[in-house]
Amino acid sequence: MPAFNITVNGKAHTVHADSDTPLLWVLRDELQLVGTKFGCGIGQCGACTVHVDGEATRSCLLTIGQAGERKITTIEGLSEDNSHPVQQAWKEIDVPQCGYCQAGQIMTASAFLHSNPNPTSEDIRGAMQGNICRCATYTRIEKAVSLAAEKMS
Amino acid sequence: MKNEITLPAFSRRSFMRTTALAGGGLLIGVNFLNSCKPEAKMPEDISQLNFNNFNAYIKIADNGKVTIFSPNPEIGQGVKTSMPMIVAEELDVAWKDVYVEQAPLDTKNFTRQVAGGSQSIRHGWDILRQTGANARQMLIHAAAKQWEISPADCKVSEGVISDSKGNQLGYGDVVKAAAALDIQDNAPLKDPSQYKIIGRDAINVDIDKIISGKPLFGLDYSKPGMHYACVLRPPAFGRKLVSFDDSETKKVTGVTDVFRFEDKIAVVATNTWAAKKGKEKLQARWDDEKLESTEDHDRILLGLLDGKDFETLRADGDVKKAFAEADRVIERTYESPFLPHSCMEPMNFFADVTDEEVELTGPIQTPEGSQKAVAEALGVDIAKVRVNMTRMGGGFGRRLIGDFVLEAAKISDVVRKPVKLFYTREDDMTCGQYRPAIKYRIAASLKDGKITGYHLKEAAVNSNMYGLIPNFFPAGAIENYQVDVANYKSHITTAPWRAPYTNFLAFAEQSFLDELFEIMETDPIQARLDLLDNVKGTTDERIQYSPERMQEVIRTAVTKSGWNVPASPGVFRGFSAYYCHNSHVAEVVDVTMNGNGMPSVKKVTCVVDCGIVVNPTGARNQVEGGVIDGIGHAMYGDLSFENGTPGVKNFGAYRLIRMEEAPEVDVHFIQNGLSPTGLGEPALPPAGAALANAIKKATGKRILAQPFTKYLGTEEKVIG
Repeated sequence: MPAFNITVNGKAHTVHADSDTPLLWVLRDELQLVGTKFGCGIGQCGACTVHVDGEATRSCLLTIGQAGERKITTIEGLSEDNSHPVQQAWKEIDVPQCGYCQAGQIMTASAFLHSNPNPTSEDIRGAMQGNICRCATYTRIEKAVSLAAEKMS
Repeated sequence: MKNEITLPAFSRRSFMRTTALAGGGLLIGVNFLNSCKPEAKMPEDISQLNFNNFNAYIKIADNGKVTIFSPNPEIGQGVKTSMPMIVAEELDVAWKDVYVEQAPLDTKNFTRQVAGGSQSIRHGWDILRQTGANARQMLIHAAAKQWEISPADCKVSEGVISDSKGNQLGYGDVVKAAAALDIQDNAPLKDPSQYKIIGRDAINVDIDKIISGKPLFGLDYSKPGMHYACVLRPPAFGRKLVSFDDSETKKVTGVTDVFRFEDKIAVVATNTWAAKKGKEKLQARWDDEKLESTEDHDRILLGLLDGKDFETLRADGDVKKAFAEADRVIERTYESPFLPHSCMEPMNFFADVTDEEVELTGPIQTPEGSQKAVAEALGVDIAKVRVNMTRMGGGFGRRLIGDFVLEAAKISDVVRKPVKLFYTREDDMTCGQYRPAIKYRIAASLKDGKITGYHLKEAAVNSNMYGLIPNFFPAGAIENYQVDVANYKSHITTAPWRAPYTNFLAFAEQSFLDELFEIMETDPIQARLDLLDNVKGTTDERIQYSPERMQEVIRTAVTKSGWNVPASPGVFRGFSAYYCHNSHVAEVVDVTMNGNGMPSVKKVTCVVDCGIVVNPTGARNQVEGGVIDGIGHAMYGDLSFENGTPGVKNFGAYRLIRMEEAPEVDVHFIQNGLSPTGLGEPALPPAGAALANAIKKATGKRILAQPFTKYLGTEEKVIG
């Protein structure tokens, strides 16, 4: 199997995988970074969202062959100690129910707030529309994103 | 209250046992009776301690820190936080000093490990409190003994015992001595006015792990040497595997094993992607038997409703006579499709079958059933089958069925490797265990401006409503009342789905009543209150709900939603109230209509009587989620069949509610100090009807089938 050099959470890794392997499965199976979740495999649910060069990206659709030298950040690398304002807001608002989708929600929200630090409620709802929460914690997610924006300003 | 269901009596001696731990501290075994189910790593070998039949544990360390091993697995309902809160309250320790760990599942030693039906807190309430209080009493006795005073002269607060002279001892100081004392089995319970933990917001105990992506879920579990398995199942329900060609599959790097079992083909590989790719390269030939389609189900179920082949679950008075003598009879038929559960974490399970033992680890709501099924299928001694449960990425009833556990075990048994079976989303959505398609026909007779008869008929795929449901409202309120059920056995597999039966029955009945009241030209709120008046003082012990509590949630919802205040222009309100899972709920939905004729839900006011609310933030979360889930599935949920094949396979075509469609949910709890009742499910059933009743006001159109988007004639996107 071919070898790929990728940088995840600031650390360089050499991984062996078929080039069409989605980044999601490289993270989970090869690097044991299981915070990034599998939900649908077709980019429809957002559970697998990571940052690629700071952009929210569906890791189920990006293959290891396409990842190249770009900087990948997963939920494990968002902060050392849950100190990222989005993580803090998630805790303060007590967002999760089952919790499975929340890493993807947090990664979408953190990338979004980086590009739009002062969002309206409509902006937030639009930005989070791609992430499904089957427990339907949507009203709390919206509050948490809004709180995180306050913390960051 | 007379309408409360009596909980099973328990012997206090039977639910608690203590021992001093070898490493220091005190271990208390707790039997939660049928409230529970556990898992993970334990402080001691319980079987050595003769702690059989206890299924949760409290450990008090020498330093006074308390670990509560929560018995119930988490599927998102919050019991891993709320159940330990109840123990901690009576134990009288600071919540910040409590660590919560998932208790282990050990079916060799434990009994009654099935949860479900929103019953964990209701069943655990007395036992959890008494256990905490008994442990507190033992610690006080140990301190009193040391001080040579009466226990009655000791006070305790947040893990510190004090006497009148100002002496103080922490729980950690007396825990060893306490372990040697006789068990206290009837320590006094706190007055609710003294509660410091119950009734105050406690953040989800797993929050730090969830927001940092730590391994928690079944799919996150791994073990050295573990392989990954994916299964190709028949493309249609009822179809059989004739033959297959795996030559291309075997060329995929990483694929180690391919074999047939039953009518399925397993592909085992060294990583997830190889297993999935290998499966996609299989060439399988299936028989081409003619199979079931949605139009068949529609015809069959309507045929059942038209026919005479019913089982009567409840019959009061004489419905036939009431209908014959009526001024008018109103009859409506309500229809619902199959629904997948769509847990965000697709089905998966780990199995490691060796000669010595069978390890099963993963997300399952019914571990004992799976243990039995696996032992039977593999022909091994049940004592050799070990089951561990992980946190679950949603359950909604799907994980009550352990078909995937059995598959994982069978695969590991063949390849004799540790194997993690995973479902793709397509596997998860197409392999069955759906909410069954159901049709209800409701008829009511009117005479002299009163409802004299009510006849509910159910035609369902595979199984019918539970025996208690015919005793829900409006049973007891109408003199002539009858509930009949009929079913059709299908190839398509079905399972409980959040608030089974009532998730659709509430829509049918509360829509029907709304229409009935409209025809009668009566106020829909007053008419409900009047019907409930008829039930007050009933001697019928089968009646499940309390008319007084139902009236209170209705009246409170009227006040909180501003029902009697004219809505803003363009806003229309719908009402619904329902009892299930021992809780009473009333909801008011505010909608506006979009240019495309679709509703946009702005706000839902939800009033819940679930007795004492243990953890308000968790409780509100359950209600917010339940309401939005109810609206989402009523609006969009649709799974049809064409020749045995499901019409949707993934979230591209299958629509779940998303952020932009989610309304604000204004949650209110009735404060009455009564024992807690169910909360994971009861907020869902009334939501669909309240929405449909609001849509009627806005458009004049009565909705008779789910999903609403289809019924309203378009699949256009709804903007929230």
